[in-house]
Amino acid sequence: MSRPIRAHKEIKWAAALLVCLGTVSAVDWAGPAVARAASRDSLVGVLAELQPKIVKVYGAGGFRGLEAYQSGILISERGHVLTAWSYVLDTDEPTVVLDDGRKFPARLVGADPQLEIAVLKIDASGLAHFDLDEAVDATAGTRVLALSNLFGVAAAGEPVSAQHGVVSVRTRLDARRGTFDTPYHGPVYVIDAMTNNPGAAGGALVTFEGRLVGVLGKELRDARSSTWLNYAVPIGELREPVERILAGHPAADVKPEEQKPARPLTLARLGLVMVPEVLPRTPPYVDLVRGDSPAARAGLKPDDLVVMLNGRLIQSCQALREELARVDRDAAIRLSVMRGPQLLEFTIEGAQP
Amino acid sequence: MNVCVVLMVFAALVVPAGATGVSAVDPAVLEAEARRVEIIDQAKQSVVAVFAATGRGGGSGVVIAPDGLALTNFHVVQPSGHWLKCGMADGRIYDAVLVGLDPTGDVALVQLLGRDDFPCATLGDSDEARPGDWVFAMGNPFLLATNLQPTVTYGILSGTHRYQYPSGTLLEYTDCLQTDAAINPGNSGGPLFDAEGRLIGINGRCSFEKRGRVSVGVGYAVSINQIKNFLGSLASGRVVDHATLGFRASFDDDGRVVVDEILESSDAFRRGLRYGDEIIRFAGRPIDSPNALKNVVGIFPKGWRLPVSYRRDAQRYDTLVRLAALHHESQLWDAVTGPNVKPREGPKPPDKGPDGKDDRGDRSKPEGDTPPRPGELPVMPHGLAKKPKVPEVIQQHYTARRGYANYFFNRRHQERLWQGWTASLGDLDGTAGAWLVAGTTSGGKPFRIELDERGGRIELPSDQIGWTADGDLAGDLAPPHSGGLLPALYLWRRLATAGLDRFGEVHYLGTAPLVGHDGLVDVLVATHGGVTCRFSFDREESRLLALEMFPADDADPCEVYFGDYRVVDGRVVPGTMEVRFGDETYGRFAIESLSFAPDS
Repeated sequence: MSRPIRAHKEIKWAAALLVCLGTVSAVDWAGPAVARAASRDSLVGVLAELQPKIVKVYGAGGFRGLEAYQSGILISERGHVLTAWSYVLDTDEPTVVLDDGRKFPARLVGADPQLEIAVLKIDASGLAHFDLDEAVDATAGTRVLALSNLFGVAAAGEPVSAQHGVVSVRTRLDARRGTFDTPYHGPVYVIDAMTNNPGAAGGALVTFEGRLVGVLGKELRDARSSTWLNYAVPIGELREPVERILAGHPAADVKPEEQKPARPLTLARLGLVMVPEVLPRTPPYVDLVRGDSPAARAGLKPDDLVVMLNGRLIQSCQALREELARVDRDAAIRLSVMRGPQLLEFTIEGAQP
Repeated sequence: MNVCVVLMVFAALVVPAGATGVSAVDPAVLEAEARRVEIIDQAKQSVVAVFAATGRGGGSGVVIAPDGLALTNFHVVQPSGHWLKCGMADGRIYDAVLVGLDPTGDVALVQLLGRDDFPCATLGDSDEARPGDWVFAMGNPFLLATNLQPTVTYGILSGTHRYQYPSGTLLEYTDCLQTDAAINPGNSGGPLFDAEGRLIGINGRCSFEKRGRVSVGVGYAVSINQIKNFLGSLASGRVVDHATLGFRASFDDDGRVVVDEILESSDAFRRGLRYGDEIIRFAGRPIDSPNALKNVVGIFPKGWRLPVSYRRDAQRYDTLVRLAALHHESQLWDAVTGPNVKPREGPKPPDKGPDGKDDRGDRSKPEGDTPPRPGELPVMPHGLAKKPKVPEVIQQHYTARRGYANYFFNRRHQERLWQGWTASLGDLDGTAGAWLVAGTTSGGKPFRIELDERGGRIELPSDQIGWTADGDLAGDLAPPHSGGLLPALYLWRRLATAGLDRFGEVHYLGTAPLVGHDGLVDVLVATHGGVTCRFSFDREESRLLALEMFPADDADPCEVYFGDYRVVDGRVVPGTMEVRFGDETYGRFAIESLSFAPDS
C-alpha cells in the first residue's frame, strides 16, 4: 500500500507543476487513478471533511411529485447557505439542517432566478464552509464527487449521499422549450453520473481532492428523448451573483415604510389581474391582462410569473402589491417574469390607464 | 499535452497491464488496475445468475460456503417456489433448493447442489465500510448473462447505516449500504464487494422516480453484518422474522432519545424500562436518534437477547432485553405464499420534514426483476420447458411444511444437535428410569434432584419440594422463586429420553447469543405441556449450555445454565448449574454426580 501512496505524492508534485503551466486536465486524470489505487483513505477522508459543509434544506412542496427538500452548501462561517432557487423556498421560513443535526429557521437573503440560485442565512457561527474564492475549474475528464441529499435519503444528522463521476464536458446549457426547460443558458459541467435526482439541487460538486467546482442543478429532462441531464453550474459563474446577493442586490426583503408616493401604482392601473390569493404566499402568476392596458401593450400575458419588480425579488401576490405601492403611478417600471422556462424583461412606461 | 496524456491513460485502460507502449503511465496506476482485475476475476467465481425454475424472471446471488449455500433476495426466489436454476461463471448450471427466507429483510438462503467445493465469497465486515469506499456490484442486470458471466459495475459507497421504509410490504431495509455502483433490475440478490473483493452486502433495492426502472445512481444493499445475524436462522429452513424491542422511542425537548410508548407485556417493561427513560446504547451501539435505534433493532432476528443501556434520574442502568417478533406468523406466511408479492408502487412514506422523524422521502422500491422491455427475457441456456419436472436432487432436499421455507433443513439440524448432545451423554440405552442430580449448593450444603417421567423432586438444605407433571406444566412453577426449575429440568430429561419425535413439538431455531457465552449458540425450541423450552447448545461440541423454560409468551423464563463440563464414566456431564429467574439468581449448584437409573 505504501508504494501507491508515494506515487500519489509524486503525481501531486507533477500536478502542481502542470497547474503552473496551466494544464490541469491531464493531471486530474492520472491523479485520482492513483488515489483509487491508494484505496480508501483518499475519498473517505475527503467526504468526511466535506460533510459539515453540506446542508439539508426543507420548505414548500411535498405533493404531486414536488419534493419538499433540496440541498445546499455553507459559504460563510456565519451561516450563509447557497442553494437552488426553487419552489422549495416558496415558504416564509425554510429550514436548514446541518450535518450535526442542528436545525435552523432560515431567512432568504436573495436569489438570482436566471441562475436559479438563492442565498439563505441561518443564525449560527463558527461553521465549516466552502470559500467560493477557493473553488477551482474543472475540465472534461476531471473526476468529481457529488454530495447532496438526493431522494431525501439522509435525515437529521445523517451524512448526505455521495456519488462519483467524471465531468464529461464543460459547455453551455442548450435550453429551450421542451428540451431541458430552464431559464439558465450559461456554462455547465455535464456529469457522467446520475447526480441530478430529486432533492439534489443545491448540492456540491467537488474534485476528488475535495475542492469545490460547482453547484448541482435541478432535474432536467428532454421531453422528446426522455433523457435526463446531470449538470452543475461552475462556481466561476456564481461568485459575482452571490456577492451581489450578499450586498443586497436584488434584495429579497421588503423594506419598512420608506417614502411611499402619494399616488402609487396599482395592479388595476397596469391592467393586471393576478391569480386568486388562496395561500398566504400565492405565487404571483398573472391571471388576466386587460385589453389595451399598459401591461398588454408591453406584452405581458396570462400565466406569466412575476419574479422581480425594479430589480427586487417578488415572491407573492401580496409582495407585488406592496412593492407597487412604493412606485409612483407615473414612473416606468421594470418587470421580470418567467414565461415557461424563459426569463423575460418588460419595461412598462408611465402607466396610462 | 493534455490530449496526449489522456490518450495514454485511455490506452492503459484497454491494454492489459504490463503491455508495452504505456511507459508514460505511472506503474502504480497499472499495478492498481491489475490488482483490480485480479480481484474482480476472483470475486466473479462465486457469483450466481438466478433463473426461476419456471423460466420466468430471475436475479442474482452469491455463494458463501463450499457446500453451495448462497444468498439472494427474498423477492427473487419468492415467485419461483422452492427450487431454482443457478448459473455460475464456470459456465455450468446447478439446481438449487430453497433453504430459508427472511421476507422482512429481503434475504433468501438457497443451496446449490452437486458439489462440495463451490467457489465462495469471503464475508467482509460491513460495519467497517465508510462512505467513499470503492465497491463493486456483480450480478445479472437485465438478465443479460446468457453466457453466465456476471456483469460488474464499479462505484463508491454513497452512505452507510441507511434506513429505508417498508414499501407496502413487509420489506424493510435497515442499516443498509447505499452505493452509486449501477444496480439495475436483475442485480437483485447479487453481491456488493468492497475493493478487496470481500462480500459486504446483498444488492436489492434502488431509488426510482420518474426515470423508469433503471439505475439512477442510488442503490441499496442489505449489509452482510445483518445477514450474519440471520444466517443461522436462515439455515434452519424457517421463515424468519425481525424484531421489536416492545417500546417506541422519540426525541424529547432536550434532544434525548426517550421511551415514549412501551408495551407492558414486553420484556423491556419487565426489565424495568419505563416511559421517559433515556436510551443510551443498544446492542453495543450508541443511540443518538430514534432512527438509529430503529436501524439497529432491524438487524436482529426475533428472540435474541441483547444489552440495553438507559438512564433515569442521572442513574445509568444496563440490562438485557429479549426481542419480540415484529410480525404475526401468519403475516410472514402470507408474504411467503401470497401471490407474487413484487412490490412496485409502495405507499408513499410519511411526509418528510427536517426533524428526521418518519420523514424519509425516498421512493425506493425493491426492484423486480422483469427486464425493462417485456418479451425480451433471455432464453434459458438449456431451454427449460414451461413446467419443468422437479429434479430428483431437489426432491431429496425438500420437505414442505407450513411455517417453513424448507423443513428438510430444520429436521436435519434437529437431528444433528440431538444426536450430538445425547451421544456426549454416553449410552442412554436402558436408562429410562429416574435421573439423579446431586451436589452442593453455593453455601456448601448438599442438594439432590430427582427427575422421572411423572415429575420431579428437589431436596434443598432448607426445603424439600415435589412436583408432578400433569397436563399444564406451567400450573406449578416449583420450587417457589425459581420460575419453574423442576418443570425445566423435567423437560431436559424428557428431550434426552423421549427423543425428537416423542417429545412434543420440536424445531431448530437457528443461532442466537447466550448470556455468558462468546459467539452464537445453536438453539432447539421444544414445546410440551403448554410450555416452551429453549435448549442452547455449544456449536462445536453440542454440549447443552442452557435451557430456558417459558411458562407463557409474556412471562420471564426459568433460566438454567450448565457449565464446567467434564467426562465422568464416558459421559460428558456438567459440573455446575446456575438457576436464574427474572433479574435474580435463584441458586448456584455444584453438580457432583449425574446418574441415570435403569428402566423402572
